[in-house]
Amino acid sequence: MDAFILQLLNGLDKGGAYALIALGLTLVFGTLGVVNFAHGALFMLGAFCAVTLQKILTLSQKVKDESITFFDAYKEQPYLEIWFGETGTTIIEWSVPLSLLLAVPVMLTIGLAMERGLIQFFYKRTHAQQILVTFGLAIVVQEIIKSFYGANPIPMPAPPLLSGTAPIGEFLGIGDVVAYPWWRLIYLLFSFLIIGAVFLFLKYTTYGMVVRAGMQDRATVELLGINVERRFTIVFGIAAVVAGLAGVMYTPIVPPDYHMGMDFLVLSFVVVVVGGMGSLPGAVLAGFMLGILQSFASTNEVKNIFPGIDQIIIYLVAMIVLLTRPRGLLGKKGMMES
Amino acid sequence: MSDSASIIFNIDNVNKTFGGLQALSNVNLAVEEGQTRAIIGPNGAGKSTLLNVCVGRIAPDTGVVRFRGQSLTGRTPHDINQLGVARVFQTPEIFPDLSLLQNVMISAFSKRDGAFRFSPLKALKAERQLYEESMHYLEDLDIAEHAEQLAANLSRGDKRRLELAMCLVQHPRLLLLDEPTAGMSRHDTNRTIEILKKIKERGMTKIIIEHDMHVVFSLADRISVLAQGAIIAEGLPEEVRNNEKVQEAYLGGGQHD
Amino acid sequence: MLLSSRSELRTLLIFAAVVLMMPIWLLPLGAAYPDLLQKFAIFGIFVIGYNLFFGLTGYLSFGHATFLGVGSYAAVWCFKLLTVNVLPAIVFGILVSGFFAAVIGFICLRRSGIYFSILTLALAQMCYSLAYSVLTPITNGETSLQMEAHDARLLDSWIAPHVGDGLPITHLFGIPMSGYPGFYFCAVILIISFWFSIRIFNSPFGLQLRAIKSNQERMQYSGYNTRIYLFSAFLISGMYAGLAGSLMAAIDPLAGAERMQWTASGEVVLMTILGGVGTLIGPMLGVGVIKYFENIFSSYNHDALLESFSFLPQPLAEALTFVVSPFVGEGWHLTLGILFMLVVIFLPGGIMEGVDRIRARFSRHKQPQQTEQTT
Repeated sequence: MDAFILQLLNGLDKGGAYALIALGLTLVFGTLGVVNFAHGALFMLGAFCAVTLQKILTLSQKVKDESITFFDAYKEQPYLEIWFGETGTTIIEWSVPLSLLLAVPVMLTIGLAMERGLIQFFYKRTHAQQILVTFGLAIVVQEIIKSFYGANPIPMPAPPLLSGTAPIGEFLGIGDVVAYPWWRLIYLLFSFLIIGAVFLFLKYTTYGMVVRAGMQDRATVELLGINVERRFTIVFGIAAVVAGLAGVMYTPIVPPDYHMGMDFLVLSFVVVVVGGMGSLPGAVLAGFMLGILQSFASTNEVKNIFPGIDQIIIYLVAMIVLLTRPRGLLGKKGMMES
Repeated sequence: MSDSASIIFNIDNVNKTFGGLQALSNVNLAVEEGQTRAIIGPNGAGKSTLLNVCVGRIAPDTGVVRFRGQSLTGRTPHDINQLGVARVFQTPEIFPDLSLLQNVMISAFSKRDGAFRFSPLKALKAERQLYEESMHYLEDLDIAEHAEQLAANLSRGDKRRLELAMCLVQHPRLLLLDEPTAGMSRHDTNRTIEILKKIKERGMTKIIIEHDMHVVFSLADRISVLAQGAIIAEGLPEEVRNNEKVQEAYLGGGQHD
Repeated sequence: MLLSSRSELRTLLIFAAVVLMMPIWLLPLGAAYPDLLQKFAIFGIFVIGYNLFFGLTGYLSFGHATFLGVGSYAAVWCFKLLTVNVLPAIVFGILVSGFFAAVIGFICLRRSGIYFSILTLALAQMCYSLAYSVLTPITNGETSLQMEAHDARLLDSWIAPHVGDGLPITHLFGIPMSGYPGFYFCAVILIISFWFSIRIFNSPFGLQLRAIKSNQERMQYSGYNTRIYLFSAFLISGMYAGLAGSLMAAIDPLAGAERMQWTASGEVVLMTILGGVGTLIGPMLGVGVIKYFENIFSSYNHDALLESFSFLPQPLAEALTFVVSPFVGEGWHLTLGILFMLVVIFLPGGIMEGVDRIRARFSRHKQPQQTEQTT
């Protein structure tokens, strides 16, 4: 039972990341009809927003280290600490959550620039060409990040207050064995929050309604005199922000490096296809489902029976789903097929 | 339905609903070998759905479609074509990136063992025969002068004729035509009628869906009238012309002629 | 029309001459050394095969590196178990990768469009994971599969037991497969592969594949079971990749999982697009350009740049170095990415389209004067 809850949680927060990326991918598919291979790069850029903010906050000055008295020792002390003392230290410790504030405008700008600067010229081209040009863009973005930040993963600590473990077992009244990192719980809640926000936005705002209608039947909406294209541009920006925020929050879980986007991209595509191309609930459902499956496949009990199953389970499931339900779990007929 | 032995194609009790909409209800149709059958009806009567059921593009909910005694239900489009059913679409379906000649030759190949040959000589020989036949049909349809051009550059009317050539080169036993003259000039329409008449002399069975009553009455041996998914009348052209139900369905229709 | 065998023969002869004389005419470009020449030939075979599928049918596969890797593994196992003669290894490599292509093709070709692309991508990643960690006993995981002194080599030890402690060298009936002999061996196979691809391009089969790309639905209504045609093309192109993979192993008997990663599949797509999808020789031009510049660009570093700009006044040289250095050495992939994007955006037909455009412009200018000289 304890192990079960633990694996479930593990799966849920991995699934949260998949779902967030897949959600953005699906939004862009559904509205713009573009297959965006650079979406993983947006996730990665979000993560590097956090890295950048941390670098800025920890800009340091050499100061004399008072704790060493035998000789003159120097240490790096961030300006923030010098200027604001304790408050400065706290700000630095909370750099990851603070990055969210930075990431929203930055990712929105990047998303809009990307759509206006490149993607909009590819609406009329074939899917193959869309894939190719965004693939090229992903390589370029990733290489730029590499040349600035190097190839090694950069550790990003969660705020100390949230870096311990949460006694889940006690909450549930099943003993104190089950403990789970706070930050991962927060990631899970965060992904629910974002997914909920996106759905509410699409469902209850007039803006969202137009977007949904445009996903169904673009021509008709345009006949009503609504500029669908401009709204879709904003949708691309939103997808970029969602991916970016997912990236920021993911940094304390796995230290970011330049190719994290590519790694997630392949899996997210599988998630999207399993969920059904163009179906937002499908993407979310499949994201969590595959996350949980992967988590259970990596327990020792399962691995003893099928060695290495955790590495391939997602692909196996994807294959089975596609062969038995060709349009994915919740896919619509004819979406993206020609 | 005089002689059931010569019936080549029949549709028995076919039903099809889309969502809540009854697109076809209890459709029965029997076409004799060599006959030209026209199916007419107002817009939205279910004519294209019926044709799609015939070639396996849409599976009927209930009922059977038989061609020469074999059920077509559950068969793939290529399988149905191999049985001898060819179709001209409402919007021309051709290979825009290939030349006209290649378009027709591809169709001709599918009826022969024409896949992949190692020896260039053998390939040449087989191709020469197909080449001549293909050119023959292009000439028949007055588009031979464009033989080496890309099909994408043709006018809409020429695309239709190309598609017709692609079907004819296969020597089908049954040819389905979905508005073969839509979008053509009067002159081109008359030319197409002539060609279709010529084919008729060769004994090819045809089902034509058409709006243009001039075309229908020039070609059809029998006419079936489809309205709201059901066949409301069937008979010789004269009978159908004078049928009250038909006139009602068209609301004083037949204004084309 | 479909083919004239004489012009085919001429193309083949010119191609053969150009390939076989690479060591001579690449000399001034500084690319005439065996390692690079072998790469040209092997990747040439790989893209020919890839282009047969992607170029003719328009199905974008992101999984062809799998077959390359499988071919390499199969060949190395053949060296280990049977003989270090490369011929059986190549045959074995082609067969095994053909088997993989059949399985993957059977699954993936049930879908079309981007579903197909993503399925190939997913299956390729799965094979990569399998090779990298799960199937370590077969693939030797991270450390790559290599020949070892105590390998069985049944056939070899039956004919003439290996003496000495060193590893035997891969050979073709006694000719060692390194240096120029290795290149010429690959070159001959490249020429044969090219001939085969011309035959496919010009055969009815090739035309049928192009027709599927043009309008698959019409193909079906014309009586073609298109999936069988697509499957055959996928199988052939997978076997080409296997051939290339086993040649890699023949030149250097080593097989690693990184050869199967999807970025490796991306590279072959890149080379094909850069050269010109669906053209006979375009993809090989793509190989030439990418492998040549990779070789040159990636060898430069900061100091080498400074030195090559040393003819300029020092501040200018330093400034230039500063500007250029992100794009060379480690940054070669950045250059490649930008180049690739530019090609997809402005020249979707690749180098071949560029050549055509230039030729068209040229002939338009010249036409009034020399109307007689048309071929």
